[in-house]
Amino acid sequence: MRRLIVPLILSFVLLGITAWVTSLGTVGIYRIPQWNEVLVATFQHLQLVLAAEGLAILIGVPIGFVVSRRALRWIGAPLMVLTNIGQTIPTLALLALVSIILGSGFRAAVVGLLIYALLPIVRNTYAGIQSVSPVVIEAAQGMGLSRWQVTARVELPLARPVVIAGIRTSMVVNVGTAAVAGMIGGIGLGKLITIGISVNVFELMIQGAAPAAALAILLDAILGLAERWMTPRGLRKESPRQGKRLAKVAQRMS
Amino acid sequence: MIRLEHVSKVFSDGTEAVKDLSLDIAEGEFCVLLGPSGCGKTTSLKMINRLIPSTGGKIYIDGVDTQQKNVNELRRDIGYAIQNIGLFPHLTVAQNISTVPMLKHWPRDRQRKRARELLDLIGMPPDTFIDRYPAELSGGQQQRVGVARCLGADPPILLMDEPFGAIDPITRHKLQEEFLKIQERLQKTIAFVTHDIDEAIKMGDMIALMKDGELIQYADPATLLAEPKDRFVRDFVGADRVLKGLRLLRARNVMKAPKLTIRLDESVESAIHIMDERQRSWIPAIEDNGRFLGWIEREDLESSASLAEALTPAISTATPRTPLNEALSMMLGSATGAVAVLDDADQLVGLLSFSAIREVLAIDDESEGE
Repeated sequence: MRRLIVPLILSFVLLGITAWVTSLGTVGIYRIPQWNEVLVATFQHLQLVLAAEGLAILIGVPIGFVVSRRALRWIGAPLMVLTNIGQTIPTLALLALVSIILGSGFRAAVVGLLIYALLPIVRNTYAGIQSVSPVVIEAAQGMGLSRWQVTARVELPLARPVVIAGIRTSMVVNVGTAAVAGMIGGIGLGKLITIGISVNVFELMIQGAAPAAALAILLDAILGLAERWMTPRGLRKESPRQGKRLAKVAQRMS
Repeated sequence: MIRLEHVSKVFSDGTEAVKDLSLDIAEGEFCVLLGPSGCGKTTSLKMINRLIPSTGGKIYIDGVDTQQKNVNELRRDIGYAIQNIGLFPHLTVAQNISTVPMLKHWPRDRQRKRARELLDLIGMPPDTFIDRYPAELSGGQQQRVGVARCLGADPPILLMDEPFGAIDPITRHKLQEEFLKIQERLQKTIAFVTHDIDEAIKMGDMIALMKDGELIQYADPATLLAEPKDRFVRDFVGADRVLKGLRLLRARNVMKAPKLTIRLDESVESAIHIMDERQRSWIPAIEDNGRFLGWIEREDLESSASLAEALTPAISTATPRTPLNEALSMMLGSATGAVAVLDDADQLVGLLSFSAIREVLAIDDESEGE
């Protein structure tokens, strides 16, 4: 669990800053939001991120998988170019566009985030499946695995680490984008930051930004663990043998 | 066992990869598909398990048209090994070997038992290797596991596409030897693709030499070497085909029974007498029980008090199973120009000489004269 230490320390520091700002009560003529308001905003923020991310996974993984099929490769390559271009569109512009069409509020914010979160997931799923060696697939077919078995037992397990890395990227970006979405929709930690900007009070901005940063760090750490856990042992970077030996040592020690 | 009838393959871009190929591979036969790259040998192989669909002709396995079978079931009954091995990197050695048994729903303990058996067969201690991942194996070990995997469910037929192609020559040589030993025991029907003439001669019972999608000559290695059908075959087997042919013969095919031997307790004078009378420059010395001791050379006798003093021990000796190319190399290193052939009890059973080998090689003098 060594890899959790740094993210945990950072999150504690950020939460400490939040607590300090909240304890101030007022800055100049402005009232600082109380604990319950910060918690509600954080919770909303998380909801926004998770809803958009969940939908993005449900939509993005199948799209990435389908366009990686040989019959649809002609869509795949141009689509990857599109996703790359898509990511260069400024967040604020995209979200503003969405809010013009769908108005403001939670649902509009989710749609805006979803479009953004989709891109890394589609791209990594496609890349992950493409990265499976054709030799391995030929061997699988040659031994009599059906098309479905090749996908389920060979392609997906081998692509999984790359897919999860895409989800991880998407999630972290999402936490930041959600702050911007919140500015438009008037929800989540973005709302706190917007107020801070509009009255130009540093402490107010920090009160929204610090928990958002903590959220991103924690989600990234959790997904990092998931990525490791879901990577088949034979594919892990460090020797699995070493891992096993360490596990044995740990077993003996406990 | 495997029968190709007028099989052809035209790819969608119009390339004719295989033209009207007819081939019979008998049960238990090791058939090598040989030819330069692009000759259609791999395409032919992959049409047998329908990885590449044929565009003409029929392929029968055990008399059944392969097109009539469910393609996945067909493939599960045919072992398949390829040059780049294609082990599943996310699965252990045991899981890799059990791929087909698992598809055939063997019980778990039977799968495991089979994996251990096969690891033993390929000379990899099961306790050490069974739970390793492919990334933890050397190239040669991976290749071995690839062979074990294609034997997984004990299929009667194996298709092998340059399975020893991607490894260093020393390991390749070793794997070839091991695989021949395995094949001697298992007697599988094998179609084996290679571009390496030496490998083909070493491994094959029959060699199908292909060029530009056509079968040029289908013959056993000795015939292919001795009677190449045309210029292409002769060029392909190489200028040293006579030497290559030596590999196919064993000492026992060529050796002559020793007519003249001598025991060390005989006198130097009688030895000189015998050798001068028969115009021999050397003579093999044996013990009373027939055990080979070494050579007595005529030129050493003048200065020796006894035969024991004159005895020159043999640097190397052959067995009746020694391939002639090795025997020839011993001969070149031997002072007498002859090699003694000994049985397992060191009894002298025959002698090999240049003249005896030249007699055997006289098979195709006329074709050499072109």
